[in-house]
Amino acid sequence: MKDLYLVYKNLTRKKMRLFLTTFAIFIAFLIFGAIMTLRGALNSGVEMSADNRLVVVHKTNFTNPLPYSYVNKTKAIDGVKQVTHANWFGGYYQQPANQVVTFAVEPESYLAVYPELVIEPEQRKAWLNNQASVLVGQRIAMANGWKVGDRIPLSSNIFSHKDGGQTWDFVVEGIFTGAEEKTDTSYLLFHYKYFKETQSWGGDSIGWLILTTVDASMNESVAKAIDSNFANSNAETDTSTEQAFNKAFIEQIGNIGLIIFGVVFMAFFTILIVVGNTMVLAIRERTGEIAVLKTLGFASIRIFKMVIIESCLLAFLGGLLGLGAAYLLIQGASENLARFLPNLVLDQNIVLQALGYILLLGLITGIAPAISALRLNIITAFNRG
Amino acid sequence: MSNDNLFELTQVAKRFTKGKETISIFHDLNMQIKEGDFLAIMGPSGSGKTTLLNLLGGVDQPTEGQITFDGQRIDNLSEGQLAKWRANNIGFIFQFYNLMPMLNAARNVELPLLLTNLNRNERQKQVKVALELVGLSDRANHMPSEMSGGQQQRVAIARAVVSDPKFLLCDEPTGDLDRQTADEILQTLQLLNEKFGKTIVMVTHDPSAAKFAKQTVNLNKGEFVKAEELLA
Repeated sequence: MKDLYLVYKNLTRKKMRLFLTTFAIFIAFLIFGAIMTLRGALNSGVEMSADNRLVVVHKTNFTNPLPYSYVNKTKAIDGVKQVTHANWFGGYYQQPANQVVTFAVEPESYLAVYPELVIEPEQRKAWLNNQASVLVGQRIAMANGWKVGDRIPLSSNIFSHKDGGQTWDFVVEGIFTGAEEKTDTSYLLFHYKYFKETQSWGGDSIGWLILTTVDASMNESVAKAIDSNFANSNAETDTSTEQAFNKAFIEQIGNIGLIIFGVVFMAFFTILIVVGNTMVLAIRERTGEIAVLKTLGFASIRIFKMVIIESCLLAFLGGLLGLGAAYLLIQGASENLARFLPNLVLDQNIVLQALGYILLLGLITGIAPAISALRLNIITAFNRG
Repeated sequence: MSNDNLFELTQVAKRFTKGKETISIFHDLNMQIKEGDFLAIMGPSGSGKTTLLNLLGGVDQPTEGQITFDGQRIDNLSEGQLAKWRANNIGFIFQFYNLMPMLNAARNVELPLLLTNLNRNERQKQVKVALELVGLSDRANHMPSEMSGGQQQRVAIARAVVSDPKFLLCDEPTGDLDRQTADEILQTLQLLNEKFGKTIVMVTHDPSAAKFAKQTVNLNKGEFVKAEELLA
């Protein structure tokens, strides 16, 4: 560690070059942190999907409704354990811009199909007993400052209330949390029966079915059986695993994986060239000084290590600053985007991955100049100078 | 070999290959340097002065022959062993000072001590002593760019002696300095030789500089010759 001061002085000897190179690395890791977090948030629904949960939607378009009769018909299929259903409400709170993800569901079966939703027993009982009430996810409750007992007006941009308005008044009877940190708690639930009785149109239909199978190995056969059962009807179905459904839903935006790979690859490729070139130039400029160090008795391998440490320090300086900025950016954005991207968190895995890439960047950009410093012949270097 | 020989070169040959051509610098060179000597090596360009200095400093190795230092052969050491040997035994003084531009005088002088087991406090004490020896204790925090050529060369001398090596190798140490500054530098070298017992070999083109040495040898076409032969 005696050489660290020497490494530090070499690193900081050209301030403008240090600033520009650090800034380039900073930008690359800011992009990396932000994009990987975005990917994690988009994929959290896929990651949190249960193995044995299937989703049944209308074959033509998942926004088309299905007949309510499908609930009991699906229950009768071999291998089906539990069935529930949900309707998209299109809800917002106070202003249309303040959208609230709201589902009209059959409460008991919904909670049975989604055991990861954790509710206090008293609150659960209260919600089940009060049709004009909502069960609110913790994240959305916190975002809007709701607590149990609050009365909240929820409007719909799709449905109308029988009384002519578009607003329903609800009591918050319960707040659910998730069994895991990544469990989505950014939505709210209310009674399908109440929805059906109070809306002015929509009839006896449901948005989609969610069911669990007896065992995940039966998913395929159950899905085929459901779709065959409703084939050639007015509402043909498309059944897929919850994971596949969520993935397909996200991929409507585009191939997220490919987009992210493209952006990250371009950022890193550019940065590799910029930093690599800077390091090669920096070491070439110091040929005479390296020759002097060798003459004084510094072993070649020691100089090799000093160059590698310098390039790694440079990578860590820019990389950690970039990650720090990504963290602050995400912290700021997550409050505003909580409704759409509930799991916008720069988690430990992304940080560890970034640290690995920072180290790799330092090693790759340092290896060529370090080898040339290692091989530098004292006499040749002095003759060149 | 007498016991007071610090260096002994026996039948040393040095050849370089340049393309298909082989250039012979030395052929059967023999030389002894006694401990406490101050030797000036003079000679025209291409006479082999720098190559001899490189061989003595362990930065180059002979094609044939033996070089011993203090009874130990150094011609067959590996690159790593030679680096260690140089750190322990040799102080180098270059024509163009070769200070690290981003380090102040004290940090430049400290460089050879980074190769020892001394802690920071011990290193700082030795740096202080070395800078006092060359009369630059008040310039410890100055950067090389803030010092004159003579001051930079004195920093380089402090760097060469800070780890207390037996042997100093000087390659044209006054070649880039005016007469008065050059004499001051040469007096410092004389002091190191006479008072501190350092054995010094100095390559120079300057006869006035050579006068500060205890003896002068002349090199021409890879062989030691008398001064008159050099002029002939």
